[in-house]
Amino acid sequence: MIQPADLRSRAEDLAAPLPPLMAAADHLASTVLLGEHGRRRAGMGDEFWQYRPAQPGDEARMVDWRRSGRSDVHFVREKEWQAAQSVAIWADPGQSMRFSSNSNLPTKLLAARVLALATAVLLIRGGERVGLADMSLPPRSGELQLLRLAEILGNPGEAADYGAPEIKGLPAHARALFLSDFLGDLAPVTNALTRAADRGVEGAIVQILDPQEEAFPFEGRTIFDSVGGTLSHETRKARDLRDRYLDRLAERKAELADLARVTGWQYDCHHTDRSASAALMWIYQALGRVH
Amino acid sequence: MLTLGTLGFTAPWLLLGLAALPILWFLLRAVPPAPIRRMFPAVTLLLGLEDEQTETDKTPWWLLLLRTLAIAAVIIGFAGPVLNPQTERTGAGPLLVMIDGTWADARDWGQRIERLDMLLAEASRNGRPVAVVTLTDRPVGALPFQSADAWRARLPSLTPQPWVPVGEEVLAWWDSAEADGFDTFWMSDGLDYDWRDALLARAEAQGDVTVFESARPAYVLRPSEFSDGEILVRGSRAVAGDVTTLSIAAQGLDPNGIPRVLARADLRFAPSATYAELPLSLPPELRNRITRFEIEGIRSAGAVTLTDDALRRREVALIAGRDDREGLELLSPTHYLEQALEPTADLITGALSDILLANPDAIVLADVATISDGEAEPLAEWVDKGGLLVRFAGPRLASSDVSRDEEDPLMPVRLRAGGRTVGGAMSWGEPKTLRPFADTSPFFGLPVPDEVRVTAQVMAQPDPTLADRTIASLADGTPLVTRKRVGQGQIVLFHVTANAEWSSLPLSGLFVQMLERLAVSTRPATPTADDLAGTTWVPDQTLTAFGDVIDAGALPGVAGEALVEPVPGPDLRPGLYRDEDRLLAFNVVNDETELAPSVWPASVPVEGLSVARETLLKGAFLTAALAFLFIDLVASLWLSGRLFGPRAGVTASLLLALAILPHQGLAQESQADLFALEATTEVVLAHVVTGDRSLDAAAAAGLRGLSEILTRRTSIEPADPIAVNLETDELAFFPILYWPVTPDQPQPSAEAYARLNTYLRTGGMIVFDTRDADVSRFGGSGPNGRKLQQLARPLDIPPLEPIPEDHVLTRTFYLLQDFPGRHASRDVWVEAAPPDAERAEGMPFRNLNDNVTPVVIGGNDWAAAWATDANGRQMFPVGRGFTGERQREIAYRFGVNLIMHVLTGNYKSDQVHVPALLDRLGQ
Repeated sequence: MIQPADLRSRAEDLAAPLPPLMAAADHLASTVLLGEHGRRRAGMGDEFWQYRPAQPGDEARMVDWRRSGRSDVHFVREKEWQAAQSVAIWADPGQSMRFSSNSNLPTKLLAARVLALATAVLLIRGGERVGLADMSLPPRSGELQLLRLAEILGNPGEAADYGAPEIKGLPAHARALFLSDFLGDLAPVTNALTRAADRGVEGAIVQILDPQEEAFPFEGRTIFDSVGGTLSHETRKARDLRDRYLDRLAERKAELADLARVTGWQYDCHHTDRSASAALMWIYQALGRVH
Repeated sequence: MLTLGTLGFTAPWLLLGLAALPILWFLLRAVPPAPIRRMFPAVTLLLGLEDEQTETDKTPWWLLLLRTLAIAAVIIGFAGPVLNPQTERTGAGPLLVMIDGTWADARDWGQRIERLDMLLAEASRNGRPVAVVTLTDRPVGALPFQSADAWRARLPSLTPQPWVPVGEEVLAWWDSAEADGFDTFWMSDGLDYDWRDALLARAEAQGDVTVFESARPAYVLRPSEFSDGEILVRGSRAVAGDVTTLSIAAQGLDPNGIPRVLARADLRFAPSATYAELPLSLPPELRNRITRFEIEGIRSAGAVTLTDDALRRREVALIAGRDDREGLELLSPTHYLEQALEPTADLITGALSDILLANPDAIVLADVATISDGEAEPLAEWVDKGGLLVRFAGPRLASSDVSRDEEDPLMPVRLRAGGRTVGGAMSWGEPKTLRPFADTSPFFGLPVPDEVRVTAQVMAQPDPTLADRTIASLADGTPLVTRKRVGQGQIVLFHVTANAEWSSLPLSGLFVQMLERLAVSTRPATPTADDLAGTTWVPDQTLTAFGDVIDAGALPGVAGEALVEPVPGPDLRPGLYRDEDRLLAFNVVNDETELAPSVWPASVPVEGLSVARETLLKGAFLTAALAFLFIDLVASLWLSGRLFGPRAGVTASLLLALAILPHQGLAQESQADLFALEATTEVVLAHVVTGDRSLDAAAAAGLRGLSEILTRRTSIEPADPIAVNLETDELAFFPILYWPVTPDQPQPSAEAYARLNTYLRTGGMIVFDTRDADVSRFGGSGPNGRKLQQLARPLDIPPLEPIPEDHVLTRTFYLLQDFPGRHASRDVWVEAAPPDAERAEGMPFRNLNDNVTPVVIGGNDWAAAWATDANGRQMFPVGRGFTGERQREIAYRFGVNLIMHVLTGNYKSDQVHVPALLDRLGQ
């Protein structure tokens, strides 16, 4: 049996990383909630939809007596029916995400996780069910799920240099959100997306890049190391590589956009020095899009 | 020490290290710049990209050169380079340093002292006792041998003297000085004196003699002379050489009494000439002001020559016999005299007795027949003392009995009764012309114009002395001008009138020339021994050896005899001497001064004065090496991409800070310019910074709100308001200053008050707002009111009164009788109307003061009522509901009226007169 004090201290240790991430996500989500696209899409079906004449079989308590009193027939007040949607999120935990070019900028990992959690906040408050794509947390609704999400997202464990999406926990016909820099091998991503499309899953992929990766502001003799240290490349004149690097980056983005189009997903590129709320807005609209 | 030309090395062996430079070159060349490791997640995209060039492996040649230079500079620097290495002078035993110390030394005295300093430093190193002696200021007794360091400390107090030592005295001094066995350094002034050889022989008897002499030739100015109306500036040089041109400056006081250069001219020495003259023709006005000539660029008493009375402007008294014909200018007896003498002399008019007190140089009596006994005596005395009495004949003289039977003491000749008239309507003969002047006449040489005719004259009685006394005569031999010498002075009689009645002489140029000759010949010439006997001359100004003219102070006077053939010395300093009104210049160089270069026997080594200072170059070389290394650092950073790559911010900002540092002053200046531009490009309302941040913000917001209202409703479109710091900012740009009063704002400094007062006097307006009308009345005891009293006490504020009903502020734009702000108090005070202001007939308003009131004082917190934020919303509530809004509107209207009043003055007040004006025009 664990002593209550011990339990409490362990719980506090556990919860320690949560508040900042939660707070950041909450803060981010609030910018969207207050905006134009706020609660107009309320879920759970408590919104008025229409009055229809009562039919045999309707329970008496379903009759809206106030409306019926103004006419000769009975009316039933129908509310908007809305089934809860499952959304699965994959935020790339790879080491390549743990990089920021400037101490003032968040790492790509942090940006991805804040975006993921903020999306989760929005969706759960909208009544959806949110989970993780890698089976570690099946989609559920409720505020408690947010805490669970925050706990898992707040603890990036050991990871490979470049992450690959897992879609084992992806229910059929659900929605999915993949957040990664997509700088590693593209084959697993292609594989995952096509398989997800096969299951009728639609969603959004957000490529999160550091501004340095977009600008390539290097000169002179340089050795480039990956964050995990598994890859390296030496050049004698980095400036000469710039154009070719930018070509390759554009190519990679085009590939991702193509892939998204083929599978019916949405693609967007977000830079860590840009406003996160813009990205969140895009995600929210992409996931809520009706096909 | 290794010496290469003027460069020496203290550790020459280190220079062998330079041989290693080529090796270094190859070593450096082989090592490429180190790579940087950078973390970069997108390295996956780079994989497989090949470098296009492989050249940058090697360090670029210029970087190599830079590094090699840096290393070379280090090697050379540590080898101890010395520019102008000095070889030590050796020697032992006592040393006598003899300095001539004359005026000729002064021109390069600094060099001499510097050289002497080095010699003493050497002597100090060698431990030699030294005696430094200035020959013009000799010590008494034994030679003062002391340690060289003690003398070095006293070097600055050594000065040359504006005279030359006297030979016998110098030799006597040498003989009396008790010392034996010493070497002598003789710093000669480069001129030859008669005692040089004797002194040299005596010095050589004691030990070695080394002479130090400047190679520059000596130039002097001799006393300038006056000849033919020109000043002759005369220069000499000791050594005849090439053509040399010296710039001569004539110094003197300008009409304001400020010393300045009155004229400049070039004195040119012909080749192989030691003497040169410069005729200087100057307007008399300028000439009379000259106090000295000097050679520009040479600081020596010899290059300065003082001028005295010789060049002064004379005082001439004019006395006419009759002055009753007022208005007939051309017939006035003295008109032509005045015209002729005005440019060259100071004219004095007045009663004779008064004039004599002024002791003029000349007195002209035009047709004055009788002189009272009381006046005649002092006049004769004055003539006797050197005065020049010039008399002109005329009707009065001709009809009087003066000098008829016996010669009048104040007339040169006896006169016949009546005089004569020739060539007139009632007489025979032609008008007479002039005979050429005899060579004994002072007028000799003057050309006689043909057009001069004499039609009437007074005739001289033939006397034995008449021929001697005649200095000009007519063609028929009758005297025209006669002269008699009396004592030191003379009496001259023109036998014609001073105007054109009797002759055309006054109309001709000859008249002026004759007067000038007469006046010039009376100028004090070089005084003779007789002139100076028994007189005492007090030095007025003295010359230093450097040619500076200084006030003589309390130097004792000298007897006139000493100035006959003056020998300058400590007792008789060159300068300007004064005896009553007379000035006598005693120059260092006179006509007798001989200038000859000194000649030394071949056995005496002669050295120059030029000193090549030892300069250690080690520091310079090491600094250069450091600079090279710094450039190399920057260049390396740049080459390896660290200068402009990511995270280069620190480096870049450091470099930028270095580059920006010196430009701060410039930035400040342009900041003031920017402020002025901002304040003057458009009309700008301004408020005084109180130091209370929220209050200042409210004031700014208030003025912004008012500016918006003005833009919207009137043709005044002010720019954004400006906060004015009274201590630093210029106030003249602003039509109005809004000054909110807060108890804890600092009192402006005295300078700030001075500028505020100037601002108020030149039409500025200050609106004081105590902002407390809700709690206290104007002049009440609130803290704001007390602060206002404190603030306004040093200001130049006129009497005040509450705004009267007919004040122009009530109608400059809106018709107002209330001036509320956030508070609605009637207590608003402006400059009081003059007490005599009266209501014009038919006008509803009084004719009030014609100025903008310099202050408006109130407590209604107008700024708060006007204040709007950036979105144009009111910032502070005013009153309640509609009445509040109405009050705010009236507050805005008051603001509009206020600004209108400032910008248009009393225009609206004058407008009330328009009906009257129209009425008067008959419309």
